[in-house]
Amino acid sequence: MKRINLAPVSFLALFFGGLFFSKMSVIFVLNEVITRFIRDAVLVLALVLPIIAGMGINFAIVVGAMCAQAGILFIIIAQINGIAGFVSAAFLGIGFSAAVGYLVGRCLNRVKGKEMIATIVIGMLANGVYQLVFLVGYGTVIPAHNREILLSTGKGVRSMVDLADYRNILDRIWVVELGDVTIPVFMVLLVLAFCSVVAYFVNTRIGQQIKAVGQDTDTAEVLGIDVNRIRITVMILSLAIACLGQMIYLQNIGMFSVYTAHGNSDIISAAAILAGGATIKEARVRHVILGVFLFHSLFIVSPQAGQHIFGNAALGEYFRSFVAYATITVALILNLGTRTVPPMQTKVKDQ
Amino acid sequence: MPLLKRNAPQFFVFFFLVAMAVATLFVGDMPLAGLVGDALVRLFMNGVMVLSLVPMLSAGVGVNYGLPIGLLAGLLGMCVAVNYRLGGIAGFAGAILVAVLIGLIFGYAYARVSRRVKGHEEITGLFVGCSAVFIMCFFWNVAPFTNPEMLWIIGGGGLRPTIGLESTFGKVLNDLGTFNVGGIQIPLAGLSFFGALCLLLSLYLHTRSGRAMAAVGESETFAFFSGINVGKYKTIAVVQSTVIAAVGICVYAQSYGFIELYNAPLMMAFPAASAILLGGSTGKRASVIHVLVGTSLFQTAYVFSGPLANSLLVPELSEILRVIISSSIILYALIYAGEGKSA
Repeated sequence: MKRINLAPVSFLALFFGGLFFSKMSVIFVLNEVITRFIRDAVLVLALVLPIIAGMGINFAIVVGAMCAQAGILFIIIAQINGIAGFVSAAFLGIGFSAAVGYLVGRCLNRVKGKEMIATIVIGMLANGVYQLVFLVGYGTVIPAHNREILLSTGKGVRSMVDLADYRNILDRIWVVELGDVTIPVFMVLLVLAFCSVVAYFVNTRIGQQIKAVGQDTDTAEVLGIDVNRIRITVMILSLAIACLGQMIYLQNIGMFSVYTAHGNSDIISAAAILAGGATIKEARVRHVILGVFLFHSLFIVSPQAGQHIFGNAALGEYFRSFVAYATITVALILNLGTRTVPPMQTKVKDQ
Repeated sequence: MPLLKRNAPQFFVFFFLVAMAVATLFVGDMPLAGLVGDALVRLFMNGVMVLSLVPMLSAGVGVNYGLPIGLLAGLLGMCVAVNYRLGGIAGFAGAILVAVLIGLIFGYAYARVSRRVKGHEEITGLFVGCSAVFIMCFFWNVAPFTNPEMLWIIGGGGLRPTIGLESTFGKVLNDLGTFNVGGIQIPLAGLSFFGALCLLLSLYLHTRSGRAMAAVGESETFAFFSGINVGKYKTIAVVQSTVIAAVGICVYAQSYGFIELYNAPLMMAFPAASAILLGGSTGKRASVIHVLVGTSLFQTAYVFSGPLANSLLVPELSEILRVIISSSIILYALIYAGEGKSA
C-alpha cells in the first residue's frame, strides 16, 4: 500500500478549515479531543475484528452498548454502589454480550454477503427488545427493587438515570496537568492497552485464522478452519469490546439517558474508523486511534464553525451528521463498487 | 413444511392480529368500527410508499433502503405547493407534480450511484439516503421559502420541522367521498387513488418494458444474452421507485396533516420494507398483491395494538411492538433468502 490514504488527509483538511472558522482555542479543542478519545476509542476498536473477518462494518456494536447499559441498570436495580458495582456491571454486561454475540453470529452465518444490513436490522430489533424490557418489563415482570429509577406510573425505568456513583470512576485516576492540557494518564494507558491487546490478538493463531476467513472463506475452509465458528467468535469478541467501550463512555459522561445513550454509537464509530483510513475490507488498530482523533476533532469544531460561517449552529450539527453518513457512503461506494465491466465478463465467469 | 417456513411471518402476524382482536373484545368498549376505519386510512396512507419498493425489487436491485431520497423529493414538492398557498385538490395535484419532477432528477442520480455498487445496492442505498437527508437539512434551513406558515416565527430563517397543512391540502384525500357503512368510515378517494396507482404499476409490469425489467431481476446474464439493456432497465426501476416514493410521502403527509422535515424521513424505509416482505415478497420478486396483503396486515396490527397498549397503561408499547415486529420480519426475510441461496 504505497498509495496515500485519502480519508485521513481530507479529514485533516476539513478539521483545519473548521478550526479556522470556529475561532476556538487549540488548547480547548485538544482537551476536548482527549476526553472524546478516552470516551469513544474502545467502542471504535470493536469494529476492527469484524472488518478483518470480512464481515464488513459491524453496526451491531449498538447491541454491545445496550448489553453494557442493561448490566448497569441491573446493578443499579440491585443497588450495588462504587467500584464493586461498576465491576460487576461490566461482568454482567460482558455475559450478556457473549450470549447475544453468539446469537448474532449464528444469524450472520446465515446471511453471508449481507452482514452489514443484517447488523443494522439486528440493532433495531435489539433496541426494541431493550425498550420492552426496561420500559414495560421493569415494575411489571422485573420487581421494582429500586424505586428511585422507577417512572411515576409504576412501570418502566426513567429516561434519565444519574450515575453519580460511577461518574469518572476511572477518569480520576492519575490525572496529569500539562500546562492547560489535562491528561487522564490512566485512561489513556487503559485505552492504549485495549488497542495493543487487539493488535496482539490479530497476530495470534486465532487472529491469523480470522484473517484467513476474511480473505477467502473457501480457502479458509480448505485449510481446515471452521469458518462459521470463527465468525461467531469474532461477533462475541466485538460485542464484548463494545460493551466495555460503552461502560467507559457512560462513566465518563456520568449521566445515563437510558433509551438514547447508545443511539448513534454505531454510525459515529464506523465513520471514525473509516476516517482513520480503514476500509470495509481492511482495518488496523492504528486506524482506530488516528480515526478517533480526526473524526472527533472535526465533530468538536463544526457547530462553532457553522455558527460563524452561516450564523447558525444547527447547520454545523447537520454538517457533522452529514459527514458521518457520507463517510460511510463513500467508503461503501469505493470499496464495494465494481469497475465498469460489461455484464458479460463479470457474470459468465460465475457459471 | 416449506409453506410454514416460508410464510412464518405472515402466520405470526396473523395470529398476533387474532390474539389482539380477542383481547380487544375482552378489554371491552373498544371502538371496533373506528379501528377498522383507521386501518383503512392507514392502508392507503402508507401503501403508496410500500408500492414504491416494487419496481426495484422486480428489477433485482433489492429492497430500496434509499427510500428517503424519494421522500425528500416529495417533501420538496409539497413545500413548493405550500409556499404558493395552493389549497385543496389543486394544491395536492401541484405538490405531486413538482414531487414527480424532482423525483425524476433525484432518482436518476440515485440510479447512477446504485449502478456502481452492483450486488450491494441495499446497504449503499441506505447510507446514500441518510446522507441525502442531512444535505436536505441544510437546504431546509437556508431555502428561500416565503410563506410565514412554514418558517420559524422567531429566530430568522429556516423551515419549521413540522408544517401544518390545515390551510392548504391537509386531508383532501381523506375527506373526499368518505362514506359510512355500518359505522365504518370508508375513505373512498384515498383508497381509489391508491388502487389506481396499484393498477397502473401492475399494468406497467405486464407491458414489454415491465417484462424486460422482470427478466433483468430474474437473471442478468439471461437478460443480457436476450439483448436486453440491463443497465437501462435497472435505471428505470430506480427512477420509478423514487418517483412513486415521492408521491407516497405526499399521500402520507396529506393524511397525517403535517409535512415533517429534517430528520423525519431518516428511518422511514424500514416499516415500508417490512410491510412488503410481510406481504410475501422474498426480496427477489415483488408484486402489487404483496403490497396490498403486507400493508393491510402490518397497519391493522399497528392500529389494533394502540388502544390495547393504552389500556395496559404503557402507551409506548405499540410503538415498541411495531419496531420489534418490523425488524424481525426484515431479519427473517434476510435469513430466509440466505438459506435459499446456499441450498
